[in-house]
Amino acid sequence: MINENAKTILSVRNLHASVEGTEILRGLNFEVKAGEIHAIMGLNGSGKSTFSKVLAGHPDYEVTAGEVIFKGQNLLELEPHERANAGIFLAFQYPLEIPGVSNRDFLRVAYNAHRKANDEEEIDVFDFDDLVEERAGVVKMDVSFLDRSVNEGFSGGEKKRNEILQMALLKPLLSILDETDSGLDIDALKTVSGGVNQLSSPDNATVLITHYQRLLNYVVPDYVHVMCGGHIIKTGGKELALELESRGYDWLTAKEAVA
Amino acid sequence: MSSNVQSVVSQPYKYGFVTDIESDSLPRGLSEDVVRAISAKKEEPPFMLDFRLKAYRRWLTLSEPTWPNVKYPKIDYNNIVYYSAPKQAEKKLGSLDEVDPTLLETFDKLGISINEQKRLANVAVDVVFDSVSIATTFKKDLAKHGIIFCSISEAVKEHPDLIKKYLGTVVPVSDNYFAALNSAVFSDGSFVYIPKGVKCPMDLSTYFRMNNGDTGQFERTLIVAEEGSSVTYLEGCTAPMYDTNQLHAAIVELVALDNAEIKYSTVQNWFAGDENGKGGIYNFVTKRGLCKGANSKISWTQVETGSAITWKYPSCVLVGDNSVGEFYSVALTNHYQQADTGTKMVHVGKNTRSTIISKGISAGKSKNSYRGLVQVNPKAEGARNYSQCDSMLLGDTSNANTFPYIQVQNSTAQVEHEASTSKIGEDQLFYFAQRGISPEDAVSMIISGFCRDVFNELPMEFAAEADKLLSLKLENSVG
Repeated sequence: MINENAKTILSVRNLHASVEGTEILRGLNFEVKAGEIHAIMGLNGSGKSTFSKVLAGHPDYEVTAGEVIFKGQNLLELEPHERANAGIFLAFQYPLEIPGVSNRDFLRVAYNAHRKANDEEEIDVFDFDDLVEERAGVVKMDVSFLDRSVNEGFSGGEKKRNEILQMALLKPLLSILDETDSGLDIDALKTVSGGVNQLSSPDNATVLITHYQRLLNYVVPDYVHVMCGGHIIKTGGKELALELESRGYDWLTAKEAVA
Repeated sequence: MSSNVQSVVSQPYKYGFVTDIESDSLPRGLSEDVVRAISAKKEEPPFMLDFRLKAYRRWLTLSEPTWPNVKYPKIDYNNIVYYSAPKQAEKKLGSLDEVDPTLLETFDKLGISINEQKRLANVAVDVVFDSVSIATTFKKDLAKHGIIFCSISEAVKEHPDLIKKYLGTVVPVSDNYFAALNSAVFSDGSFVYIPKGVKCPMDLSTYFRMNNGDTGQFERTLIVAEEGSSVTYLEGCTAPMYDTNQLHAAIVELVALDNAEIKYSTVQNWFAGDENGKGGIYNFVTKRGLCKGANSKISWTQVETGSAITWKYPSCVLVGDNSVGEFYSVALTNHYQQADTGTKMVHVGKNTRSTIISKGISAGKSKNSYRGLVQVNPKAEGARNYSQCDSMLLGDTSNANTFPYIQVQNSTAQVEHEASTSKIGEDQLFYFAQRGISPEDAVSMIISGFCRDVFNELPMEFAAEADKLLSLKLENSVG
């Protein structure tokens, strides 16, 4: 939902970032206002996933130039867990397995870390159980998953649902979904998209990183950006995704190469 | 957050203080005279002196084992003080009120309450300071059930028949180098006797404190559970921080008769040396349980976090038919610590079963080895063993090894062994961080998850303590 008067949540200017000395992001500009849903599309290696990891503060990526302002503060100064507690959520393309740590404990500690960072009182185990079991409904997740180790032995679809459950619980200001649609069958895709739509509000914002138009049939973006060579080469409305679907990326990337 | 999980800085060792108390010590060195002097100081009956002398003579013929995967400079056994006792403890202690306040304060500081009024979670304690036991709580309450819980020195004098009958029957004096040494010079420790059919109404525990810098601690524990009885026993240990290494060579013997059950838990937190590997305790311990009776059960649980060097294999000899041996272990090494620890399960009787769950965590430049033997003797029809050895590495300068030995001489036996090695990865920590969880909390959650199978075996209050201890040890281990 586009509202010109809405507050700016994220503002990225001329961002450059490298991994192991190789520059991946090259002068990226990007702005997100409250209530908006953005889709970032592009070929493999265009820097989409890197961008999401840089925002979340992955230690392998080094920011060499530019600035990232989140809610008016310099995001790059914050530690990764501080960024999360400030309201940045990254749904992982490949969620990690944490053997021995129950999903329920993991979620509770994460939830309380958020509360603590926001000067709210931590909630106890019983209140948390009620809350998490209610939220599990958003992604139609069986509560038995809460008592298994985090993502251990989960199918691809279950892992993605678990990501959205975490999102439902932590209620981030900015959610970045990195290839959340990859590996999902159509039913799982519907469930996951339904969850994302349900959580989307005029106060928060969502960034979808995806290869395919498919997801965008279910979560309809306000803006579609095409990324190539570490920056955004074209921005349009939701129809741009359809155009990419039928024409591919060549007509855009070729232009980029000439420029 | 830096790009690796390597820079390991431990929480300062908070038990490292020294109690300033006048002590009565023997001069350094070991000889037949020293052995006699220890026996005399303890006013022991002649059979005990004979036991010691036999062990000493045997020790002279043995040599230090070289097979463990640990390295340390040669120990000068003549530069150790073999007996040191706080002066006041020499007087016969009539009641707990007579214990030197300095000592009470020491144990208070360590979080061990000797005061029965402050009785915590139904645990009776025997506290050993350097070479002597200074107090044993709840003796009278336990006596009502016919349970004997006292220092081993007292048992030698008061219950010589039981001592004669059982001491050295599970770990013979000639068992190994350190066992022979202990048998010659052991100073104190605990004795527990649970009579037939009695379920011990409270957990029993011994707390060992090494104070004197030059003293070796050679404690000896003997637990006998008669037919149909059961007991849970806990052991805790700390020592001050010294630049030099102190020797600790203990023996623990457990005997379980028909249908008896002994559960023995240890949280070992001797001083581990500093971050450069200076100082720390050499912990060379022989622990063995004999499931003598049918359907008996002995269960060892250990959380090993301290000591510069650990050499320890709590074992079960399963003689009684249908007897059960269990070993649950968490061994954590950091900095320059070296641990070579594991168990031996010797199946002698029919349908004997054993379970081994070992979790090793290595950080810093430490070396952590699991060494275990599963032996099924020819007559052990239907014996079963399940072993699981998991190692976790933090950073890339630590070392984890597994040395399983399996010897099966009966074709009906079933022996399973599983092993895994994992590493706390940068990406796992990033996943936690992305959910708002700090690296410290993440490491401690991963570690307690990794150790859960073992912690579940610990008595409640011990489990909480162990969990806390591990997170303290690893504090700032991710930089």
